[in-house]
Amino acid sequence: MKPEFRTCPDSGLVFHRPAENLIKANAIAATIFLAVGGLLGLLVALTRWPAVQLLDAAHFYTVLTGHGVVLLLVWILFFEMALLYFCSAVLLRSRLATPRMGWLAFGLMLVGASITAVAILQGGSSVMMTSYVPMPAAPHFYLGLILFAVGALIGTFIFFGTLVIARDERTYEGSIPLVTFGALTAAIIAVFTIACGAIILIPTFLWSIGYISEIDALMYRLIWWGMGHSSQQINVAAHVAVWYAIAAIVFGARPMSEKVSRGAFFLYILFISIASAHHLLGDPGLSTEWKIFNTSYAMYLAVLASLVHGLTVPGSIEVAQREKGHNKGLFEWLRKAPWGNPVFSGMFLSLVGFGFIGGISGVVMGAEQINFLIHNTIYVPGHFHGTVALGTTLAFMALSLWLVPILFRRELIWPKLAMWQPWLFGIGTALQAFFMMGAGTLGVSRRHWDMAFAGSAFEWAYPGMAYTMMALNGISAIMAVAGGAAFVIVIVGTIFFGKRKGAIEYSATRPEMLRGPAASLSGHGNIGLGAKGFPAPGTFVLAMFLLLVFVVYYFVNYGYLASVWKFS
Amino acid sequence: MTAIHPPSHKVWWKQPVDRVEVVWIGIALVWCLIMFFFMPFWHVFGDQNYSGEAYRVTPERFNEKVNELVEQYTVRYETDRQIPVVRPPAGSDIYLLARLWDWYPILELEKGQTYRLHVSSVDWQHGLSIQPININFQVLPGYEMVLNITPTEVGEYAVVCNEYCGILHHAMLSKLYVVESDRNGEPQS
Ligand code: HEM
Ligand SMILES: [Cu+2]
Ligand SMILES: [Cu+2]
Repeated sequence: MKPEFRTCPDSGLVFHRPAENLIKANAIAATIFLAVGGLLGLLVALTRWPAVQLLDAAHFYTVLTGHGVVLLLVWILFFEMALLYFCSAVLLRSRLATPRMGWLAFGLMLVGASITAVAILQGGSSVMMTSYVPMPAAPHFYLGLILFAVGALIGTFIFFGTLVIARDERTYEGSIPLVTFGALTAAIIAVFTIACGAIILIPTFLWSIGYISEIDALMYRLIWWGMGHSSQQINVAAHVAVWYAIAAIVFGARPMSEKVSRGAFFLYILFISIASAHHLLGDPGLSTEWKIFNTSYAMYLAVLASLVHGLTVPGSIEVAQREKGHNKGLFEWLRKAPWGNPVFSGMFLSLVGFGFIGGISGVVMGAEQINFLIHNTIYVPGHFHGTVALGTTLAFMALSLWLVPILFRRELIWPKLAMWQPWLFGIGTALQAFFMMGAGTLGVSRRHWDMAFAGSAFEWAYPGMAYTMMALNGISAIMAVAGGAAFVIVIVGTIFFGKRKGAIEYSATRPEMLRGPAASLSGHGNIGLGAKGFPAPGTFVLAMFLLLVFVVYYFVNYGYLASVWKFS
Repeated sequence: MTAIHPPSHKVWWKQPVDRVEVVWIGIALVWCLIMFFFMPFWHVFGDQNYSGEAYRVTPERFNEKVNELVEQYTVRYETDRQIPVVRPPAGSDIYLLARLWDWYPILELEKGQTYRLHVSSVDWQHGLSIQPININFQVLPGYEMVLNITPTEVGEYAVVCNEYCGILHHAMLSKLYVVESDRNGEPQS
């Protein structure tokens, strides 16, 4: 056998060389696209700051299309490929299935992303990432996306293949770890997602070159969101897996119970598919029954799953901290957490931000009638910067700050900058989400170059508060982008200039079988405040607080709705 | 480290679950069910709903219907572009057309009266956003959406397009007037 495996002396992780290289390549590509997308985001936010209005209309729409595509699709999916390889080959101490195909996937994604990027830059495809028909983009806009998706699909199958190999070659004992299980959830949803993408983007490509005469606008939206929404569920499953991983890495935390956490991941798979309905609540042509059922499946079990993770992730940290002796009162475990460690602080800000900002707003505006108050206002970008920027992106950043030094065997450069990075990005993004949601509540549109309607035959002025909010959004954006830039600088700097941690040596012997920790059937012993079966009382109180905010906010919205015109 | 390790029991589903988790799942599930039931509840007891009424329509056919409305009920013209303001009878079918980049025509409605508002696009997708009440719907070509609306407050409203529809999307703005109802249903002059 070739010397292909190395065991990391710091982390104990075992790397299969081809997997390691693919993880590096995908993570680097992801970081580069993150830098580009973040810059475009800054231009967008500065244009939407009414007193600044940096770009002209044409450039604004082009840049906004680029920002959406580059961040939502390209950055996140490249990182998720790295994550899938990590959660399979590395966590299971296995060799990676078909590394050559991995490079093919990487190449397709890179070429596809570049083709679409060129199409956008050429200016003829400023159609937003959603590319709603019948507004046309250049054919290569769709073609690039299709190639990119095919690449991602290949990567997903390599993940499945690696799980099979690991099982066959018995590289681990018992069941796969929870984090790998979460990644498996994400991968299964990815197959469905990419299938929807193919079903809608291939005909749209054919339409753009004249082979198909017409694509129905509603059908397009229904299937496009089958991709667009499920891909967000991939992100959620992936970043929840990252939260569990970081809880394990930083605290040695064990899942409170494997059954509950795995069950919650499983719910994502079952209850996701047509939940894209919540993007179509204000559309004509779909029945009310269809909308209500498909937005909730009668009980919002995907939401339930996230609420469960919202308890069990911090709960597992609380249990671990209490077992270490930080067992006083409700919150000593949290006060004594390593807030200066960006891997932890990034993860925790991601968790709190995702729950309180992205999560609550998302479910509330997914209620059929409340959606009429929010549809297509800038509230919507406010919401999803809470999920996909604050939740997913920040979680991925936190993991990178831990993983990159291990992968490259270099020390993190500028640890002080790294320490502040999650706070800058997290707080900046949270404020941005907050101000966009505020402006949206006052009626300001999303994807809109000028909230003063320059050039229109009519005049209309939004309340002064809406202008203030959009200005504050611009200022918060500068903070968020500074945090994003800090991340890129630290990561790129570490890869090139970080102090080497010693030679990297590969060995030809297979790594030892991965074993689970000793069984502890006894449960969680005598920690907590004494209430039996409540080892994480602090987390429970926080969870109840989240629920309280959630309930109040939900009914406040229905209350406001009741005050407007009647319609039926 | 165990979320990144295999679970401690090979048969992990036999691991006992702490009461804190069970209690939370129960509470969360109740809230999820409440949220579900609130949507149909609002259809029965709330005054702000969309029934889902919609029809397939061609742009030509929708144009015709709009033009009929404009011919019959135009009361005045506004702006340099002479955009008609129509004042249809209370309770009637009224039409609003979205196109690049305006709304057509301008509607003048009576407070407290219910109208059947038909909306469609003759080209790309648009977004119907009525300000400042901030009510928003998607407008699709090929689909005629029917909303029974009852304005409850006199005033001058803005009709904003809030689905991106090209380079002049930000200029796609119109008005909607709500006036006091007069008894005999005749337009005031
Ligand atoms: C850090 C800096 C960021 C800034 C300053 C920023 C700013 C903005 C702003 C102001 C908008 C709303 C524009 C509008 O509708 O008129 C927007 C839209 C959007 N952002 Fe960001 N953003 C950032 C990060 C991210 C990240 C990390 C992601 C995803 C991972 C993301 C994904 C999106 C998407 C998908 C849209 C919607 C584009 C569309 O409407 O088609 N953004 N961004
Ligand atoms: Cu429009
Ligand atoms: Cu528009």
